[in-house]
Amino acid sequence: MTGTAAHPARGPGDRLTGLFWRRPKLLTALLIAPPLLWLGVVYVGSLVALLIQSFYSIDRFSGIVVKEFTLRTYAELLIPSNFDVIVRTVTMAAAVTLASVVVAFPVAFFAARHAKGRWKAVFYLGIMLPLWSSYLVKVYAWKLILAKEGIVTWAAEGIGAGNLLNAVLALPVIGGNSLSTSYIGTFLVFLYVWLPYMILPMQASLERVPTSMLEASADLGAGGWRTFRSVILPLALPGVIAGSIFTFSLTLGDYIIPQIIGSSRFFIGQTVYSLQGTAGNIPLAAAFAVVPIAIMLVYLTVARKMGAFDAL
Amino acid sequence: MPSDARPPLGLTLGAIAGLAFLHLPILIIFLYAFTTEERSYQFPPPGLTTEWFGVAWNRADIWPPLYLSLRVAAISSAMALVLGTLCAAAMARAKFFGRDTVSLLVVLPIALPGIITGMSLRSAFAIGEIPFSTFTIVLGHATFCIVIVYNNAVARFRRLGPSMLEASADLGANSFQTFRHVILPNLGSALLAGGMLAFALSFDEVIVTTFTAGQQSTLPIWMLNELVRPRQRPVTNVVAIVVFVATFLPILAAYYLTRGAEETAGGGK
Repeated sequence: MTGTAAHPARGPGDRLTGLFWRRPKLLTALLIAPPLLWLGVVYVGSLVALLIQSFYSIDRFSGIVVKEFTLRTYAELLIPSNFDVIVRTVTMAAAVTLASVVVAFPVAFFAARHAKGRWKAVFYLGIMLPLWSSYLVKVYAWKLILAKEGIVTWAAEGIGAGNLLNAVLALPVIGGNSLSTSYIGTFLVFLYVWLPYMILPMQASLERVPTSMLEASADLGAGGWRTFRSVILPLALPGVIAGSIFTFSLTLGDYIIPQIIGSSRFFIGQTVYSLQGTAGNIPLAAAFAVVPIAIMLVYLTVARKMGAFDAL
Repeated sequence: MPSDARPPLGLTLGAIAGLAFLHLPILIIFLYAFTTEERSYQFPPPGLTTEWFGVAWNRADIWPPLYLSLRVAAISSAMALVLGTLCAAAMARAKFFGRDTVSLLVVLPIALPGIITGMSLRSAFAIGEIPFSTFTIVLGHATFCIVIVYNNAVARFRRLGPSMLEASADLGANSFQTFRHVILPNLGSALLAGGMLAFALSFDEVIVTTFTAGQQSTLPIWMLNELVRPRQRPVTNVVAIVVFVATFLPILAAYYLTRGAEETAGGGK
């Protein structure tokens, strides 16, 4: 049916409708063009700019960016002080990811298999609200909690564990003057802020584990732990990997949390930020920003092989 | 599918502890906004007062960042609404060449850490010698807000299906009338939810913004500066509550708008 066959075309709107009907691809193309142009120019264009900058270098004496292709900036990443930053960040990301799997599991499992009716909604909002509420406010709350004069110290002394807290803080490397200036603090805040990103995909994959399999496992004589290890865990693995993509990638790229809560030693994000700002070394900042991309590409390739994307 | 067996005690305790861990820290902020202690984060607060709300109201340095944040969030979410809806409409229409690439492209700005988006834009501004302005902030925000609107709209388009559109055409409506009288009313609440989530996300964003703002200060950047170099701590607490409420209310509203739908808003931040 064209515009003219059933109804006479009454105006430009009708004529265009006829055109869209005869050429459906035209309408699709018109619809997709603005968002595609925006993302293509602004986002992909910027990513390309990032790559280009990372192959530039900075003149040591004048501080001016030399716009010639070189791998020297990437080689600078391997200087011990720079490489330490990368190792420190990756270690933190791995620790945060492992811990979030452990903490997320009971919440995800309960929400997926035991919460019903109103409780289902409570769990949904209970995970969704912290996920969406202000990032900076969450980080700030932890600054209050972990401060030397804050609630944790108060609670520890209240239950007579003040010495224990001091002993933990006296530990080399992870300890510090107070929780808010130690790696333990940084770790706790990362765990807190990214936890919902682990719970959600985990819950989605646990909801898909068929009850019949758990019954079969019990019928075959497996106890709770055995069923968990041999049935639930393998089936939930894609969700765990999907969640770990978020927790790992977000930790790799964050620079606010270690700046506000933690020792003064830099993570990748802080290095990028200070290099592009006061130091004015945009090429090295860009090269540092490429590191998380490269790590995540490897991570995603491995995750895809393990079937993690079916759970997204 | 929930199982009928009673959950083991350890699991219940673990789930409750996990939820408490997610919620208790935020309550702390509310308590601290009323403390009489100005110089430290002493707990328990030595006394309670409401004077900080008045002090914050009268601080001249808070209002310009607040206005800037509101302006940026409004413009960015409006742009994201248009671009995200267009993209969802195209994706709902047909399978076309490069469809997977487009869906990856939409998700990428939020899937990659903010620092990469921020540093990329910063590199582009440096190469193009573009000076920092409200426009450069909006450029970044609109980019990562598109996916929020897109996610909400695409789920609704899927539910709408082609039959309603065909019925509208059979009854003599042209594409524009169908859009105005069939698509828009059906899409309405999903777009409102997506727009509000985008607004909340933009209002609160700090990582990308620090790379695209130059010397300008949005409310989150103001807060960040106060965190690094505190001046009047309780005033920062009051601002934190304002930021929290300004993001919390749209989220809650978006949830109630799309509740019961096939996909509830907020599932994929």
